[in-house]
Amino acid sequence: MKHLTPLNQKARRLAALIEGQRDAARPLLQDPPPTEYPFGCTTIFAPGWEVDSSGGVHGLCQPIERDLYDCYHTCYWPAQVPDGVTNWPKWTASCGAPMNDWKSIDLVFP
Amino acid sequence: MKLRTGIHRRFTDPSGNAFVYVAASAAIMAVDPLSDELVMAFDGEGRESDAVITGHSDAEGAASALKDLIDLGIIRPADEPNPPRAPMPPMPFPLATLVLNVTNKCNLSCTYCYEYGEDRLSEPAPGAKSKRPMMLEETARQSIDFLFKSCGERPVVTITFFGGETLLNFGTIMAAVEYAEVEAAKLQKRAHFALTTNATLLTDEVIRFLVAHRFGVTISIDGDQKEQDRHRRYKSGKGSFAEIVPRIRTLLKTNRANRGRPIGARVTLTQEASSVMDTYRFLTEDLGFDEVGFAPVTAAKKRDYALDGSAYDRMLAEFASLSDDFVAAALADRPHGFANLNDLLRELHQGIQKAHPCGAGLGLLGVSTEGKLGLCHRFVESESHEVGNVRDGVNEPVRQAFLKRGHVDAKTDCRQCFARPLCAGGCYHEAHVRFGDATHANLHACEWIRGWTDLGLSAYARIQASRPDFFARYETS
Repeated sequence: MKHLTPLNQKARRLAALIEGQRDAARPLLQDPPPTEYPFGCTTIFAPGWEVDSSGGVHGLCQPIERDLYDCYHTCYWPAQVPDGVTNWPKWTASCGAPMNDWKSIDLVFP
Repeated sequence: MKLRTGIHRRFTDPSGNAFVYVAASAAIMAVDPLSDELVMAFDGEGRESDAVITGHSDAEGAASALKDLIDLGIIRPADEPNPPRAPMPPMPFPLATLVLNVTNKCNLSCTYCYEYGEDRLSEPAPGAKSKRPMMLEETARQSIDFLFKSCGERPVVTITFFGGETLLNFGTIMAAVEYAEVEAAKLQKRAHFALTTNATLLTDEVIRFLVAHRFGVTISIDGDQKEQDRHRRYKSGKGSFAEIVPRIRTLLKTNRANRGRPIGARVTLTQEASSVMDTYRFLTEDLGFDEVGFAPVTAAKKRDYALDGSAYDRMLAEFASLSDDFVAAALADRPHGFANLNDLLRELHQGIQKAHPCGAGLGLLGVSTEGKLGLCHRFVESESHEVGNVRDGVNEPVRQAFLKRGHVDAKTDCRQCFARPLCAGGCYHEAHVRFGDATHANLHACEWIRGWTDLGLSAYARIQASRPDFFARYETS
């Protein structure tokens, strides 16, 4: 802030806040960008295999594949996925980047 | 993009350095010549930013100054509404101060009094039971229980005694203080006490008690004998000056010897009052008060003691001289007791941004002699402004409905005013007396308030220029 000098307490707080926001914005511009993890719709409630109001999945706020690993690896959401702990530990082995090639994950036939 | 300078006040110090006081944030910024130019260029209806920046002789500098001004909200997109503000602080708001009207009787008959004079709020209905003249000790204790129950996490609460003439009910005051100290200790909190009195009943016993319990004492006094006895008289018509002066001297001496809290004089300014400076000098130098606060009389327009436009101008000119005196003292590192300016500089330095003009109904409530809660001590006798009672607590829907109406954003008259962060529409009681509606903006005082805020900003700039460390005393963490 070259042109303005904050004088009172409120002005100093505002200026510090603005400077702080400038610092906080920097990491996003770094190369490579920080890893983004697929979370569900919210960090505390992954709704998993839901449908939207039309019965499809296009209206959901997150692509359904983002929740796949919450269901499969952590058993966080009891959805209809293969049991990855004992019977199908390699179910997703063919899929390196689920955001792109989740369709390569096949059905299983117990 | 079309940009516009938001509501602000630009002011300068004696060397010509420019500053802005921003109404949206209450921030005070020193602006360099380039940003000063932009603040003025975008004032009014606003202009296209390209038109100002591209043609500028220092286009790069102007662009960077404009960025700073936008970042701090001083210049904003012309068509963007102000960000919405919370209509109400979180409720129930923790109580900080309870004002106990321990009596509604007075031994003086000051002609301008809003409590008894022509502008009193409560005219008892014919045949109605008259109100209890003295607060019972039991009611005072219930009030204190209510205060501790309603103060949330606050470690310190203030109990202020008011009247009538407060000391007519010294018994209840003593009982209340004793009870509050015991209760505070149980809860590991602290209770501060304050009291306003006309000084006629300050006996040695009373003085010892007030000093021992570290009361913040305010004495209502209008100045020397001529000033004091003009309005502040006994019912017989006899002036009160001769009676109070020796008592005040004893109080000030005892308080100073015991390093008590500063004692203030509160002066009511009327149409006929003489020089503010002379009154200030008399009260601080001759009598020895630590501080003096001046307040224009609260009165309906028709009263002959009410201030008219020219009296407000005269009062402002006199406040300006006393402010110069304050600034000279600050620069010389001497204390100064002009309480109004001290309070204004504190609010300016902290950047206080008020949604409501005062704490009435929020952190402060008044209690009537019968234990009814009012917005503040000035409203306790008014049934139409009752917000509960100390036994059952606050009537939240009534309180909140009032606060919603009293919010500065609800006062369209205040929308374009730079003094809004400090004034927020002005005193509810003044508004009630002048306009018959407590949430009406104090339109009779706008010029005065803006003029007074200008005086504060000028004093702020002058002290900042040579003694910026002066303001450390006002800082909050």
